[in-house]
Amino acid sequence: MSGVYGYFPGCSLKGTGVAYEESLLALFRALHLELAELEDWNCCGATSYMSIDERDAFSLSARNLTMTQKAGHRDLVAPCSACYLALRKTQDYLERYPKIAGGNGALTSIRAVRVRHPLEVLYADVGVERIKKAIMRHWHGGRVACYYGCQMVRPYSEVDRDCDPVRMDELLGAAGIPTVDYSLKTKCCGGSLTGTTHDVGVRLVYILLKEAARKGAEAIVTVCPLCQYNLDAYQHEIRRSSGERLDMPVLYFTQVLGWALGAEIESLGLARAISGRKRIRQWFQPAEKEAYV
Amino acid sequence: MQRELRFQREADPEWARQVSERPGCEELYSCLQCGACSGTCPLSIYMDFTPRRIVALVREGFRQDALSSRTIWLCASCYSCAVHCPRQIHITDLMYSLKREAMQTHLYPARLPIPVLAQEFHKMVGRRGRSSEFWLVLRMALRTNPLVLLGMVRTGWDLLRTGRLSLRRERIRDIRSLYPATPREVA
Repeated sequence: MSGVYGYFPGCSLKGTGVAYEESLLALFRALHLELAELEDWNCCGATSYMSIDERDAFSLSARNLTMTQKAGHRDLVAPCSACYLALRKTQDYLERYPKIAGGNGALTSIRAVRVRHPLEVLYADVGVERIKKAIMRHWHGGRVACYYGCQMVRPYSEVDRDCDPVRMDELLGAAGIPTVDYSLKTKCCGGSLTGTTHDVGVRLVYILLKEAARKGAEAIVTVCPLCQYNLDAYQHEIRRSSGERLDMPVLYFTQVLGWALGAEIESLGLARAISGRKRIRQWFQPAEKEAYV
Repeated sequence: MQRELRFQREADPEWARQVSERPGCEELYSCLQCGACSGTCPLSIYMDFTPRRIVALVREGFRQDALSSRTIWLCASCYSCAVHCPRQIHITDLMYSLKREAMQTHLYPARLPIPVLAQEFHKMVGRRGRSSEFWLVLRMALRTNPLVLLGMVRTGWDLLRTGRLSLRRERIRDIRSLYPATPREVA
């Protein structure tokens, strides 16, 4: 199966989440799927925009959806959970609440475009079986906790179940990567709170990291650039304030799956991790003779 | 934390009725006060009113208390309450609509960085079409408490050495097509 997907990177994947973009492109190349970046895309508005002006917030995603349709794409892949939800919610709300669109009809609901998250593309369009057959490298790392975060699964449970998602666990399982039963898998990371009310944000992150470690996970695998950033970037602070010996790699699911499917190791952005760098080097270093299946 | 006694005559039931007409808030009056929202909210312990209490305040029409609360700004929009509510009240949308009203009426808590971030984000994306993380955080810090920048040095350095800190100020080409529904002058 092959096809071209419209691709909406979002602001984070050009900044703090650049490793997500690198590994996503590498993974899709390995699967012979094409991602075509949307021309002149604009910010999705995330959560902050909705706090200021509702119509403006929906205008932002309406523009991206309109351009997707003009470019002739049926699917728009949005890897960031906030972008995914902003696009999906815009479709839904413009249709359900015509009053939001305003009188001049300039905002129209674009239902023909399917808003997708790459996790769901892998699960539904590629499938667990095909992933299993395409494995090129044997996992020699430890057990990981799959962390789904909030906005990818809520309130629209189209990517996966809203409170107990399993698709990332299944995909990683197919690639031979052992996962732990992580009960906080959809508990919020706090989003931008680490930047605004710092202590509260870091506290939420601490709970997530501590629980993953308690369940025996040696790394956390994420699907969102903000989750990855929050869990990755403040571990030095948590070590200092709590005295915990914590140095947990926080990876993207595209990095571990890309690695398992034989993508070039340098193309996966693994060197961009802040925490757990030693463990990442051990797990992902090229073996003397690459152990191909 | 300070608690004040409120009398029914101070409430504004007409305001509550208006809120119940906003998208997602239609089921406001069917709230059971079961507390599922507060129980599932990861932030309720840091809030001045739990989400359940906010719904109760809004429903009775205690506008001032709801709009000046820290609660609405601490809501990180994780939608946990929305999917757990047995009455399908979209509490996240209610929080958003209260944030917008607090912003318009200037009732948001002074010196709380969260509404400042929202304002700066709105300004940046409105002018340029994209957000640039570094400049956004810088502007927020300068407007609230520049000293917090000192605490960010280590994280900033970590991002810089791993190539994750972009100093570019992103922008889109066709800025005029950003708001077709609300035409305005673009700076």
